[in-house]
Amino acid sequence: MKWLILRRLSQLAILALFLSGPLLGVWITRGSLAGSMTLDFLPMADPFTLLQTALAGHFPAGTAIIGALLVTLFYLLVGGRVFCSWVCPVNIITDVASWIRKKLDIKHTSTVGPGLRYWLLAIACTLAIFSGITAWETINPANVMARSLIFAMQDAIWMGLGLFIFALLIKGGWCRICPTGAFYSLLGFVSLTKVKASKRENCDNCNACYQVCPEPQVLIDPLKTTGSSPVIRSGQCTNCGRCIDVCSQDVFRFARRF
Amino acid sequence: MKLSRRAFIKANAIAVTAAAAGMSLPKAEALANEEDLDIRWDKAPCRFCGTGCSVLIGTKDGRVVATQGDPDAPVNRGLNCIKGYFLSKIMYGKDRLKTPMLRKRNGKYDKEGEFTPVSWDEAFDTMAEKFKEAIKKKGPESVGMFGSGQWTVFEGYAASKLFKGGFRSNNLDPNARHCMASAVAGFIRTFGSDEPMGCYDDLEHADGFVLWGSNMAEMHPILWSRLTDRRLTASHVKVAVLSTFENRGYELADLTLTFKPQTDLYILNYIANYIIQNNAVNEDFVAKHTTFKQGNTDIGYGLRPTDPREQKAKNAKSAGGSKDITFAEYKKFVSQFTLEKTAKETGVPEENLLELAKMYADPKRKIVSYWTMGFNQHTRGTWANNLVYNIHLLTGKISEPGNGPFSLTGQPSACGTAREVGTFAHRLPADLVVKKEAHRDFTEKIWKLPKGTIPGKVGYHAVLQNRMLKDGKLNAYWVMCNNNMQAGPNFNEEAYPGYRNPDNFIVVTDPYPTVTAMAADLMLPTAMWVEKEGAYGNAERRSQFWRQQVNAPGEAKSDLWQLVEFSKRFKVEEVWPADLIAQKPEYKGKTLYDILYANGQVNKFPTQKISDGAGNTYDNNEMEDFGFYLQKGIYEEYRLFGLHGPKKGHELGEFDDYHKSRGLRWPVVDGKETLWRYREGYDPHVAKGSGVQFYGNKDNRARIYALPYEPPAESPDKEFDLWLCTGRVLEHWHTGSMTQRVPELYRAVPHAVLFMNPEDAKARGLRRGMSAKISSRRGEITATIETRGRNRMPKGQVFLPFFDARRLANKLILDATCPISKETDFKKCAAKVERA
Amino acid sequence: MKAASDIQQSGLTSRRKFLSGSAAAACGVALFGLGGCMAKDESGVILRPPGASEEFLGACIRCGQCVRACPYNTLKLVGLFGQGGTGSPYFEPRQVSCEMCEDLPCIKACPTGALDPQLTDVNKAKMGLAVLVDQETCLNYLGLRCGVCYRACPSIDKAITLDARHNQRSGKHTLFLPKIHSEHCTGCGKCEKSCVLEASAIKVLPRSLAKGELGHHYRLGWEEKEKKGSSLIPEALDLPDRMPEFTPPSFEEVKP
Ligand code: SF4
Ligand code: SF4
Ligand code: SF4
Ligand code: SF4
Repeated sequence: MKWLILRRLSQLAILALFLSGPLLGVWITRGSLAGSMTLDFLPMADPFTLLQTALAGHFPAGTAIIGALLVTLFYLLVGGRVFCSWVCPVNIITDVASWIRKKLDIKHTSTVGPGLRYWLLAIACTLAIFSGITAWETINPANVMARSLIFAMQDAIWMGLGLFIFALLIKGGWCRICPTGAFYSLLGFVSLTKVKASKRENCDNCNACYQVCPEPQVLIDPLKTTGSSPVIRSGQCTNCGRCIDVCSQDVFRFARRF
Repeated sequence: MKLSRRAFIKANAIAVTAAAAGMSLPKAEALANEEDLDIRWDKAPCRFCGTGCSVLIGTKDGRVVATQGDPDAPVNRGLNCIKGYFLSKIMYGKDRLKTPMLRKRNGKYDKEGEFTPVSWDEAFDTMAEKFKEAIKKKGPESVGMFGSGQWTVFEGYAASKLFKGGFRSNNLDPNARHCMASAVAGFIRTFGSDEPMGCYDDLEHADGFVLWGSNMAEMHPILWSRLTDRRLTASHVKVAVLSTFENRGYELADLTLTFKPQTDLYILNYIANYIIQNNAVNEDFVAKHTTFKQGNTDIGYGLRPTDPREQKAKNAKSAGGSKDITFAEYKKFVSQFTLEKTAKETGVPEENLLELAKMYADPKRKIVSYWTMGFNQHTRGTWANNLVYNIHLLTGKISEPGNGPFSLTGQPSACGTAREVGTFAHRLPADLVVKKEAHRDFTEKIWKLPKGTIPGKVGYHAVLQNRMLKDGKLNAYWVMCNNNMQAGPNFNEEAYPGYRNPDNFIVVTDPYPTVTAMAADLMLPTAMWVEKEGAYGNAERRSQFWRQQVNAPGEAKSDLWQLVEFSKRFKVEEVWPADLIAQKPEYKGKTLYDILYANGQVNKFPTQKISDGAGNTYDNNEMEDFGFYLQKGIYEEYRLFGLHGPKKGHELGEFDDYHKSRGLRWPVVDGKETLWRYREGYDPHVAKGSGVQFYGNKDNRARIYALPYEPPAESPDKEFDLWLCTGRVLEHWHTGSMTQRVPELYRAVPHAVLFMNPEDAKARGLRRGMSAKISSRRGEITATIETRGRNRMPKGQVFLPFFDARRLANKLILDATCPISKETDFKKCAAKVERA
Repeated sequence: MKAASDIQQSGLTSRRKFLSGSAAAACGVALFGLGGCMAKDESGVILRPPGASEEFLGACIRCGQCVRACPYNTLKLVGLFGQGGTGSPYFEPRQVSCEMCEDLPCIKACPTGALDPQLTDVNKAKMGLAVLVDQETCLNYLGLRCGVCYRACPSIDKAITLDARHNQRSGKHTLFLPKIHSEHCTGCGKCEKSCVLEASAIKVLPRSLAKGELGHHYRLGWEEKEKKGSSLIPEALDLPDRMPEFTPPSFEEVKP
């Protein structure tokens, strides 16, 4: 449970950074996940959103570049899809839906392959190139969700509901196909911090980790393929630490890639 | 004092904000055409400025649902300004007072208590007790009233009678004192008779207009529209605008003169000098119709006598005094006002001064001079008025179509009520004054009062009333139809302490809980505008009547009802000395009501059905309550002053004619109006063959006054380094108590901002949009800086509107007055501006 | 490999997986299509903060920092399915107009340059253009003395002027017709905000909608002459007119 609680705290704390200003008048971070300024000196920007503007033909100026570099660097250190499981508010919705799925024992629903997200990522980028605008941002659930929560917009309700139903019907929900996630997963293929099946020899095949992992395909090799590295190298791993929490044999722990 | 000064202002600000914010947005009063069919339409003058536009009031189910400009009205031909456009909404603010409210604690009146709803009986009983107590202890001078140029003629007359004839106190003054007292004093001093000689028709006849300290473009919007049209349709017409800062009038002006505050006195004298030097004097006119006078100088500033500036002034006690001089002496006197000196002292380029002087001097050019508060709110306001008359008299450009000096009044009935009825501390109806025994005798005769009832001593004027309240000399005080705590000067030091002085009992009658009402001990709810029958007199001597269209909400009762009803509480023995009563033994045991209103004259006209030509019928609540046609009775008695009084030329027409007409300009003689006074052919009082007669003076001549420049009471110095001027905006009426409650007008101009020169702002580390603290020796307020927009300020000067109840601008103003007219100078004092 | 096969068994058959996969893909594509359609609608009747360029939606990352920087809460973000691109900043002058801050905090806050940092003088902002859209209800057109919009304009007498015309109907009043000058109007919307009508007669529109364009083949003679200071052609010969000996005085001469 430890990592789950920490993740939830992280997700809420990040929203709190943005909301303390409008709600309490104590301004810490202004903006939203797409771009922000903290305490008037620390800029941050979502590299994927910024990439779209570049593809749309706008050479981003000023602090956004620095912000995006800082953010990229950060995720290269802590793990690419750390964004997904520790920052993005959509994750909370998907998790809640999965929990309900489990409780209600909804089994006969669809699932999608882990590759679709990369197609969507490609389409998002292509759209930007051909339309000259950041077209994907019109619906990008990750950014819409974060923004509408931070700016107290009605969208939070509709988008939240949509994502929730989507996650009830399709295992893994939006997070399985999100191009933002896809983008960060690319960072994840080279990022430093990784989950490691360091004591894979202790595995008693209880399957708990497969059940709980949102991207179970990433576990197969490190856990079961002899000869392969015990490090979960796939960028699709979100570094959520659910496998660590759930494993009774303490097989997993966070570790460095090398 | 439980409610501290700051807490009071804060509480009030909150009330006003809430009132403004809590207003429901206008219900789309969707008036489909069929619905329009059962709207009853009747006429009334606009509730706001002295222009006197006529409107038609649409009433349905006891509510005013619509208005329209009267397309046949001579003044406005169906048009209105933006305030007039919203007339139908002013009566329906959410926080209308509906019941009397008395400060009470533990069920009893207590000066420090909370406002509690009470019955009219309890309100009047408490109030009468306080008035009687004051009169008994300190005599009639301890009671007083502050009235209004927004009163109806009937109300002003009833108040004058109650105080001067009933309580025997001349401490009755109108808020018009702040507005055109200098024009009154100027007219009386020069012509011996108040009010302009010309009328609005001058607008279509003049070849040139000169605006002296008048932002006519904003403050007399419909007249400005006519002036502009004249300029547009006749290419030779020229418009000159003089002001201490660039106002909206500059937009049209062919010639602008931005002068340093107070130096208009130089310009006025320079023009007279130019006219003389360039042989442009109309010698025949001057010889036949004028005499020359040298006015007293060094006359002080109307401050408290303890003020060093007063003690230094040689002629503070005889400010209005003068001696006769010759034309040669006058010529010599004005010769010191040369072009070079005037340009230097005023900061106006020589060529602009010259051009203006030439406009006046050109014998072929007919000129009207207009002025408003720039002249009147001036520590030498009476002088400024006299000096402009000099110019018109020297050139003979007066009293004929397109030629004349014309003071524009601010309030809807400053002329009709405050001036003509004489609700000033020194006046009686129809140009009579309390100082003259013959005038008092005549008044007492008409009012059927024993000789000596009306005191001969001039009462306390507006500013003095506040001082006397503070000093505990005025103890029972009634404020009606004005918001003097917000409008008056220096209220922190001179007004508020008097209102809260434990020796005093303060009553405020108003439709809304204004700043003033909140500072009172008793608030009385009143009917406003068309919730009662009324009459207003506008700036061109036009009296306009209206019928009651709707009922006032709750228990609200009109000012007229309150004045007359209150008089019932006084037995004559309680207010008059025995020797006075002995002169009229039949008055023994009578009430003031019996003596003043049920006197066989005022109650002469029995109850009648009030209807219009179309057969619609109207209520008249006062008639129902008193059992006779009160307004008609008052009017017919008042009319006797014009018909038989010692001052010529104040005849009014028949009561019923006014209800039928769209207003008549007095003197109304032989069924005809008078458009230009003092000119043969136009004015019935001018003898045949004389051409012109200024018959207000016994010798039929007007006076040309030699009056110099004198400095203002307070000028900027090291610490308070800016000139501060306060004033109005087109969108709001005076203190905003009505217009700030109209959602659209509130949105249009929600707050008062401080207009400032951008460089002045920069020098103080300020920028447009920042909040700044404006302070004077008398207090401070905060407002947002505005360096652009409708007013452009020269360096060294700031302007602050006073409509905003959250920023009581006028408390910063020094209570210095013109010592002759007693009108406060709101246009200049020293202030500083800092970052808030 | 037990676990792996478990997944396959507890999951779905490959055919079903394929089907549902394509369903999701279709779903995704549909969403993209939607996004594309909405993106097309981007220009719309929407007003952007000062300094926004034509290609605004290509540059803005929709972070809302400008919204937070605006001291007057003028700016808002477009909602999902709203016009102008979800999450991008805009303002509705009738609600809250732009106060034309001298220091342009919105531009300073923008991290991407979508609000052009080269714009340092707010008077040069071109957020839109005010247009007197309804001459039938505008009170000044009817002859009343409103002009609230005019006096509300921070660039009074430059961005809006009042064109004075004789009021034929009343015969003695003036119509003060509000006229907007595109060179100076920033589109701040103070005029639209303050219009006293129930629906504003003056509205700020995107410049592309509001502005006409004069034919490039035509010049305004009087303006060209003023620019040059004299006639564009050298002095032309003008012969005196033949007149009868007595000429009646002209109207102007008779006038006083
Ligand atoms: S200029 Fe000022 S008021 Fe206008 S959008 Fe920018 S921050 Fe807001
Ligand atoms: S700050 Fe710039 S990038 Fe962010 S929403 Fe505003 S305009 Fe777009
Ligand atoms: S939008 Fe209106 S208020 Fe703003 S600059 Fe243009 S005309 Fe003036
Ligand atoms: S505020 Fe509205 S009604 Fe008034 S002049 Fe302007 S556009 Fe016309």
